[in-house]
Amino acid sequence: MTIGRDEVEHVARLARLRLTDEERERFTAQLAAILDYVRKLNEIDTAGVEPTAHVLPLRNVTRPDEVRPSLEREGVLRLAPRADDGFIMVPRVIE
Amino acid sequence: MDPTDLTLHEAAEAMRGGGISSREYTAACLERVRRVDPVFGAFVEVYGEEALEAAVAADRRRAAGEPGGALAGVPVAVKDNICAAGRRAGCASKILDGFVAPYDATAVERLRAAGAIILGRTNMDEFAMGSSTETSSRGVTRNPWDPERVPGGSSGGSAAAVAAREVPAALGTDTGGSIRQPAALCGVAGLKPTYGRVSRFGLVAFASSLDQIGPIARSVRDLALLLEVIGGHDGRDSTSAEGSPRGLAGGLDRGIEGLRVGVPEEFFAAGVDGEVRASVEASVGRMRDLGAAVVGVRLPHTPYAVATYYIVATAEASSNLARYDGVQYGLRAADPRDLPDLYERTRAEGLGPEVKRRIMLGTYVLSAGYHDAYYLKALKVRTLMRRDFEEAFGRCDVIATPTAPTAAFALGEKTADPLTMYLSDICTISASLAGIPAISVPCGFTAAGLPVGLQLMARPFEEGTLLRAAHAYEQATDWHRRRPPDPAPARGGGV
Amino acid sequence: MSDPSAAAYEAVIGLEVHVHLKTRSKVFCGCPASFGAPPNTNVCPVCLGLPGSLPVLNEAALRSALLAGLMLGCRIAPFSKFDRKNYFYPDLPKNYQISQYDLPLCAGGGLEIEADGRRRRIGITRVHLEEDAGRLVHTEGGAGGSGVDFNRTGVPLLEIVSEPELRGPEEAVAYLKELRRTLRYIGVSDCDMEKGSLRCDANVSIRPRGAAALGVKVEVKNMNSFRAVGKALAHEIERQARALAEGERIARETRLWEAEAGVTRPMRGKEEAHDYRYFPDPDLVPVVPAAALVEELRASLPEPPLRRRDRFADRYGLPAYDAEVLTAERETADYFEACVAAGAEPKAASNLIMGEMLRLLKEAGIPIREAKVAPAGIAELTRLVAAGEVSGTAAKEVFAEMFAAGRGAEEIVRARGLAQLSDEGELERVVGEVLRANPQSAADYRAGKAKALGFIVGRVMKATKGRANPGLVNKILKKALG
Ligand SMILES: [Zn+2]
Repeated sequence: MTIGRDEVEHVARLARLRLTDEERERFTAQLAAILDYVRKLNEIDTAGVEPTAHVLPLRNVTRPDEVRPSLEREGVLRLAPRADDGFIMVPRVIE
Repeated sequence: MDPTDLTLHEAAEAMRGGGISSREYTAACLERVRRVDPVFGAFVEVYGEEALEAAVAADRRRAAGEPGGALAGVPVAVKDNICAAGRRAGCASKILDGFVAPYDATAVERLRAAGAIILGRTNMDEFAMGSSTETSSRGVTRNPWDPERVPGGSSGGSAAAVAAREVPAALGTDTGGSIRQPAALCGVAGLKPTYGRVSRFGLVAFASSLDQIGPIARSVRDLALLLEVIGGHDGRDSTSAEGSPRGLAGGLDRGIEGLRVGVPEEFFAAGVDGEVRASVEASVGRMRDLGAAVVGVRLPHTPYAVATYYIVATAEASSNLARYDGVQYGLRAADPRDLPDLYERTRAEGLGPEVKRRIMLGTYVLSAGYHDAYYLKALKVRTLMRRDFEEAFGRCDVIATPTAPTAAFALGEKTADPLTMYLSDICTISASLAGIPAISVPCGFTAAGLPVGLQLMARPFEEGTLLRAAHAYEQATDWHRRRPPDPAPARGGGV
Repeated sequence: MSDPSAAAYEAVIGLEVHVHLKTRSKVFCGCPASFGAPPNTNVCPVCLGLPGSLPVLNEAALRSALLAGLMLGCRIAPFSKFDRKNYFYPDLPKNYQISQYDLPLCAGGGLEIEADGRRRRIGITRVHLEEDAGRLVHTEGGAGGSGVDFNRTGVPLLEIVSEPELRGPEEAVAYLKELRRTLRYIGVSDCDMEKGSLRCDANVSIRPRGAAALGVKVEVKNMNSFRAVGKALAHEIERQARALAEGERIARETRLWEAEAGVTRPMRGKEEAHDYRYFPDPDLVPVVPAAALVEELRASLPEPPLRRRDRFADRYGLPAYDAEVLTAERETADYFEACVAAGAEPKAASNLIMGEMLRLLKEAGIPIREAKVAPAGIAELTRLVAAGEVSGTAAKEVFAEMFAAGRGAEEIVRARGLAQLSDEGELERVVGEVLRANPQSAADYRAGKAKALGFIVGRVMKATKGRANPGLVNKILKKALG
């Protein structure tokens, strides 16, 4: 189970990262080394062990259904690289 | 005496007693920043004018007899990944260029409520991913003890600023050691609270199940004071624990008579530098002299901590950092051809190599076909590591280890090989995965004059025990009083 | 279906329905969950996914989701959690959606539907809670782009997935309508397809009639009304049948319904091989519904609409049509039963509600709970009609006045002199006058033209301003003309 260039390219696409050829080469080698290292976890028998997603035993944390003030639109639009007529603009999305 | 030598609580007391005004003290800090930060590069932005204005206002309030908060008029620096309303929050990344936070992080809000003055933003590894502050897009931060060496990371700016007397205390964030390791490498004290103790609201997420905000300062008492201010339940963070840390500073002087100090052999294994090991062993001996009982404990899954961490943390990071896409804020690549082009080029241009590498790794371990083999496996090992600690804490009250396997390493020494860099977190990651509180305090120096850190860990929410033990050790030693040499003036321009 | 080849195949349809929960604030932040605000005004750091923001679950959204699950006969998960569904899209601020993956809040339910006069229970696989995405507005022209409005981002969304048990477009539409009615009964959603508070995607496959194996599944999206669902599914089934008949293969894909062209077409947008990389959201803690809460919610469940419809027919002897109309909305059904409880004769009350009441409510644009007519008023009016004190015609006038002014029936009858004229002597006098004034009609009737009687009755009514007791008038007339 080692990672190849095609897999690196696939992962880059999933992560929306455009890699240069040089980066692809470098990441392929580095990720392979890291994955090789982390596979040492396979030495451990984890049969019947529950996964830990949260370290705290917190449950059912909710807030009351109350409306709080929203942000000023001007501020929101000012953060955006491109905004027009109240909308944040992106290149046309094709469905 | 140089006022910048005052610790946080000393400065606060001096201001209350009229020994120094907030304006004088803040001005001294700013002057120190002006003088040394061009060399160290601890800050990415200093709020000079506003800080002085706030100091004058604090003095005026004090003169008017208004009861100030615990930190009235005292300057504090904040790491660049913690939001302060109207201020940039850059995470030392190009991709957040121009992003101004429209709100205060809970920790910042609480600092302000206690009267603290925010002096500026400190440098860090990009998105807190790194152990040397070299992945910052804002340039490196240098170790005040040796400017050719790293300050550690990712909170290298906060630790360096505190060590260099530019500010008495700073907030850092710790995901796998990012407070403790730079504190150790810079010869200051740093505390990673129990997961859930300090609200993460306003902390720009790296790995949400591990991230904690915590203080870096020059005394354990300062850490206690700061945790009392910033800690406690927050309804805006679902993972915030109930209750508040109170009476921490008050309980510091109770001593460690009878306290059981556990020493896990796994943390003194190969890879730990001999001088570091000797310093830590000597400090454990010192704690025994102070009345503590030293017991051997086992943390058998320690060798798997780094592997577990780099799966869990990168998986979460790959999702947390997906939002930096050039749509709503920050950097957008110029003239995108279409939407995929906008996404891919913005992220290619805006994110540095270490961040990309971790996003790639995290994406991979969550992807179809690998999720169970890597991500789920790591979550299970995480359970085993928590059990290790539960068992160990049946036999002891605090666990003592080195904070970092080596003292500060040279700039550029580990940047070529990511795995070597990851292994510098080997001593701090276990507490992060278990969610337990851990502290680093200065415990010696190498022959080359570089500080060494002692890490203490405790049961969840037992920061009181942790601080008390660290304080007892600190009071019995004077490592924390040592001051790095003043740097030669910077060759290049200032900040 | 016009294409004969379709008869050789049977359709297998599963629906994935998303409904907005009717909460005040969004599911993970305090922004209003309402609609129609100017773009990007109902937004905050949390629903914009700004760096450092964190979600906190809305208690009301959780309750509504549990209530819906119980109403749909689901098991409530003893342990549930939120997961991140990772994909990049500009209407998704964090580029992941907070959803639920392997441990949905509710699972294993069902919904009874009626289609083609037959009852069937359609299995419900799961019901889970998630956040909605924003809205994209496409500007025309090459230079234009797409605008993003994040107001809808974070509005609580319930995803309800049916088993692939629907056998045709009619059943699918019946299921949707029954689901809508059911969810409206518990008040958790408006389920308004026009406003987007109910959205429906379908998984459609066909197989040779009688075959056990399932065909290739095609996802159909962009159906914006019940009609569209019916038409899109009919089209898609026919398309697949024709393709198979011609020896083609069905591609596993997502298709969009083009309402104007009346066809489905493959989605153009680049469909990356979907890999959502689900994992538990570390920002949210698990949900472990308390048994007491679940029991409280269960105890509050109303009678399901279809069962209520049956009961209305059985217990009140109402025609099927009446029972259906009266139980379409829970408030109407409750109102009707309150009228009956107040003493109204069921069919008379049904007539008044289905006729005048619903018409006037529609005209006034108000829900029944805001009507000024109390159920006791309806009971009073139907009693007056039954006792012959008010004519059916006058009753409408009385009701209009009750509706407009909120006054009691008897009071209106008295004030406006609308009491029915049942005085035989008085009526004989009026009938005499009418017959004298219309001798030709009287002659026509005697000559065998039955229609003439209606004309004469009309005249009598006119002379009495509609107050004459029609039965009595008929009796007197027949005697006079006989
Ligand atoms: Zn919001």
